[in-house]
Amino acid sequence: MPAFVSSRLFWIGLVTVLVALVLPTYVSGYVLGLLTVAYYTAVFAMSWDLLFGFAGEVNFGPTFLIGVGAYTAGILDAHFSPGLSIWLCIAAGALAAVIGGVVLALPALRVSGPYFGLTTLVAVLMLQNFIVVAAGLTGGEIGLAVPDVISIDARTNYWIALGFMLVSGAILFGLSRSAIGLILQASGQDKVQAGALGFNVTKHKLAAFVVSAFFSGLAGALMVFYMGTASVSTFVDVGVGVQIIIAAVLGGRRTVIGAAIGAVFLIGMGELLRPLGELATLIVSVIALAVILFFPDGFLGIIRGGARA
Amino acid sequence: MLFWQILIDGFAISALYALGATGFTLIFGVSGVLNLSHGAIMVGAAVAAWAAASEFGVGPYTGALIGVLAGFILAFATYFIAVRPIQRSKVIAESEKEIFILTATLLWGIIIQEAIAYLFTNNAKTVLPIVEGVTTVLGVRTPRNEYFTAVICWVAIGLLWFLVNRTRRGKAVMAASMNPRGVTLLGIELSSIYLTVWAIYGLLAGVAGILLGMFLGVSSYSVGPLTASAFSIVVLGGLGSVSGSLIAAYVVGYLETGTAYLISPAYRTIPALLLLVVVMYLRPQGLFGRR
Repeated sequence: MPAFVSSRLFWIGLVTVLVALVLPTYVSGYVLGLLTVAYYTAVFAMSWDLLFGFAGEVNFGPTFLIGVGAYTAGILDAHFSPGLSIWLCIAAGALAAVIGGVVLALPALRVSGPYFGLTTLVAVLMLQNFIVVAAGLTGGEIGLAVPDVISIDARTNYWIALGFMLVSGAILFGLSRSAIGLILQASGQDKVQAGALGFNVTKHKLAAFVVSAFFSGLAGALMVFYMGTASVSTFVDVGVGVQIIIAAVLGGRRTVIGAAIGAVFLIGMGELLRPLGELATLIVSVIALAVILFFPDGFLGIIRGGARA
Repeated sequence: MLFWQILIDGFAISALYALGATGFTLIFGVSGVLNLSHGAIMVGAAVAAWAAASEFGVGPYTGALIGVLAGFILAFATYFIAVRPIQRSKVIAESEKEIFILTATLLWGIIIQEAIAYLFTNNAKTVLPIVEGVTTVLGVRTPRNEYFTAVICWVAIGLLWFLVNRTRRGKAVMAASMNPRGVTLLGIELSSIYLTVWAIYGLLAGVAGILLGMFLGVSSYSVGPLTASAFSIVVLGGLGSVSGSLIAAYVVGYLETGTAYLISPAYRTIPALLLLVVVMYLRPQGLFGRR
């Protein structure tokens, strides 16, 4: 990557992080709560970008991984509440999501493009059906109440979410800029050629799925213990997945950081426009469509001043 | 009794699925576009028909006509707003156009959906049926509307078949789906083919949407599931294969109806999804797909 990205982007990033760090002193608990959700969504979007932007896999079902992580953690906690620490539940959630990621990766190694996209979509629908049908275990359509939460203090939750986003962002970003990221990008663009150059495409794609699933599941599990409840409409619904995809493309795909910016923007805008009622989603969608049509590189593309690598 | 009920209900619902999926697969076959605003266009047509007939009292026939017109207009709007700018873009890399069109049509679908919700609320709407009353065939009491739906669907599909196989314009469309470059070499403007296909698509989606509105009712919530079911039927049958989609529509329709009657309505969609997963693993190009 040329130096201009790191220089300009680095300073913007540094200022943003500093603002995020001092924010809790100035804003209300309500805003902090909103940002907490935005930060978790940012991790969802960044994990998705690793799969799409680098491995070139159109994953329509990010919520499959998130949902598996969130519900595993939630169910474990709901059934073994006092005996099992929530951190163990969260770890189990992340692990379950990784297993889900491997299951999802199997078709990806065989089929590509729209076919794979559909498989992931079907995975989400199956999970959704399972949750509704196995209502005794999962709470069904009403949702699953989780007895424990990480903390009731808005500030603590904010710090955890911010720290989690920064750490996972740094790992995902580092990974995308490493040799692994380059190999993924190569295999995403031309699988055959990448294989011919001696790279193990299957292994790298599988690794991308595992990493993406790990962070999605972890973020999902953490979010369950922030909200104190797990429901289909917040973790699994196709609409949630759509929002994650839009966030990543809006911020600028293949950048990891852009996905986080897009997620915070989407949630922030949704809240700012809330007084408009039902028009809010409409306006956000119009903005997102306009950005995609006129600035295909997203917000990061605009910041970079249209300079294309 | 139950057998005939499943047979009749399944036939009507499958015919509707078939009509809905045909336009979707046609667009993909000819221009490689997966139109994720499909459900929104169908619901848009149904809501337009409902609003015209129930709110403004123009009667069921004029209402249906207005609905088809709405589907037509929405299809063209989709093409000109969300598809063509990306197809012609010089900034977006060729390999990424697919995901951009997917995202753009998805957003466009959400925009239509939210506009409908804003203007006409989220409530479920049932389009005034053209044919009313109940009839008993083979001991099964069925709304006449159900037979009407099946008949119109098959007439529409038959007309499409006639258009594609028997008219000059249709043959050009068919040729473009096989080899776009070959068609341009014959001196046929590819962009005009696209316009024809989107026009056909708009009519099909419009008719399917209105029939759906009469049969089951629609709301802005049905947008996502409708797109998903059209998508899965088309993939099951093989992307781009119209006859494959027709067969897949019947497979899915009967699986769903059978499950709903024999097991429980709660499990309605599960066997079809399982079948889809199995097909994707064993035969990724779909039952009748060509690669």
